Amino acid sequence: MSLDLDQVRRIADLARIALAEGEAERVRDELNGVFALIGRMQAVDAAGVEPMAHGQDLAQRLREDRVTEADRHADFQKIAPETEAGLYLVPKVIE
Amino acid sequence: MIDASLRELAGALAAKRLSSVELTQLFLERIERLNPSLNAFITTDPEKSLALARAADARLARGEGGPLTGIPLAHKDLFCTAGWLTTCGSRMLSNFVSPYDATVVKRLGEAGMVTLGKTNMDEFAMGSSNETSFYGPVKNPWRPEAVPGGSSGGSAAAVAARLAPAATGTDTGGSIRQPAALCGLTGLKPTYGIVSRHGMVAFASSLDQAGPMAKSAEDCAWLLNAMAGFDARDSTSLERPAEDYTREIAARGGDKPLDGLKIGLPREYFGEGLAADVARAVEAAIAEFRRLGARTVEVPLPNMGLSVPAYYVIAPAEASSNLSRFDGVRYGHRAAEYADLIDMYRKSRAEGFGAEVKRRILIGTYALSHGYHVAYYLQAQRIRRLIAADFAEAFTSCDLIMGPTSPRVACDIGDMAGDLIQMYLSDIYTIGVNLAGLPGLSLPCGFGERGLPVGLQIIGNHFDEARMLNAAHRYQLATDWHRRSPQP
Repeated sequence: MSLDLDQVRRIADLARIALAEGEAERVRDELNGVFALIGRMQAVDAAGVEPMAHGQDLAQRLREDRVTEADRHADFQKIAPETEAGLYLVPKVIE
Repeated sequence: MIDASLRELAGALAAKRLSSVELTQLFLERIERLNPSLNAFITTDPEKSLALARAADARLARGEGGPLTGIPLAHKDLFCTAGWLTTCGSRMLSNFVSPYDATVVKRLGEAGMVTLGKTNMDEFAMGSSNETSFYGPVKNPWRPEAVPGGSSGGSAAAVAARLAPAATGTDTGGSIRQPAALCGLTGLKPTYGIVSRHGMVAFASSLDQAGPMAKSAEDCAWLLNAMAGFDARDSTSLERPAEDYTREIAARGGDKPLDGLKIGLPREYFGEGLAADVARAVEAAIAEFRRLGARTVEVPLPNMGLSVPAYYVIAPAEASSNLSRFDGVRYGHRAAEYADLIDMYRKSRAEGFGAEVKRRILIGTYALSHGYHVAYYLQAQRIRRLIAADFAEAFTSCDLIMGPTSPRVACDIGDMAGDLIQMYLSDIYTIGVNLAGLPGLSLPCGFGERGLPVGLQIIGNHFDEARMLNAAHRYQLATDWHRRSPQP
């Protein structure tokens, strides 16, 4: 398989990464190189092998539903680019 | 004192021959003098370090110190440290001061260790040479033109150049073991789940694991004792009884201390692609293990060649999901100009991430996208199970597996820049260990071309760190490769 420029732009859009003028061509070539490497695993017939998500095949641990953390709202918002009245500010979405 | 082991430093501190403040000053002065050329540290804060050292001295004076109290160390800049910058080698986090400590930082701090600073690394730990750092490449102390390896290259260079007695690192596909090998250190990637990932900036969560980087296996064992342990804040942390990782090291040896140990040698680790200088040093090391009483057997790892392709689906897939949190809203870089919310995300991420990080996010996004998920992601997860099964099978006929850590000694800065695939393939011997969640260790076993260090890799079965560390320790008692240090 080989990616074309439209696919590269679509992936970049999904990943919310702006591509500069002319960058899509370079990225396409690099990704095609990487996918050629990845393609080596397509030759393996692994049908019937249970996919392994995790090195230990663990089940997610559950915990009791209770408050364990103190409120550190101000500490966490101190490092945000823009906040007001305890809220994170972003560009207006709804007119 | 700069070459002293943690045991020797602890002894000097306990006997009051030396204070933690004096020791910390010694290393801070070396950092000030040598770091401008090495670029191993991104952040230092001598006042903070000295305050920690004074607290450690007070604790020692009260007789309340532990074995690590007062000993300085450096943290990879991927561990969140309250009050210090945590950049993860990226412009994205160039202004990020975490409101909390990573569990590893907290545990080592509670043990009384003194933070010297935060070490340089490949951006978001994505790289094998430290060249992807936004803060510039780190130099290998053995040869300033050469890379230190990556991604924990700053930690490796700092310890090798004796700017710190030890450092923390993280390993997703070889990022502790490979720089340890290329800089002549001992580094351990523990079994997945025994060291908490809480407060580590996430790259690929099913593979990431923190571990120690130091001058010897004994030093690594001391550090792992403080680093490992269950943490409710990491959902994949394992609930196991506490272990003393020095217990086998502490036992008496004799002249055949490894009598009965069965070492598996995978043919796949000694074939095409392995440089002759590395092969020579590794084979000589294995001969030394035989002299120490171990037996060697051949073990097959037939799917090892598939580990790099599978990794370059799984790790980018997890990274594309993990790094979606960097959106310019809650912390990190936000673009100065944008048209709307989506444009703010796109520009903040385009400006904040470097080329390699973007590449991996895009690979992962594609591999997980509609219509490709089965062909790529699920296939990679199936291959992952085949690789894990190969290791499990191998461990039915041996106790430890040995081979090279890296196919070559360190290359020069810029040498691999044009060949992405070659760079990815250089992690061939380390990646399978992460996929299988196994512990892996690298220790120095000689020198190759251009006088650069060669690393021997020891792979253990799950939870076999004490045995691996002991095997490495017995080798280090019989050899002196780990005592060599670069000039000056």
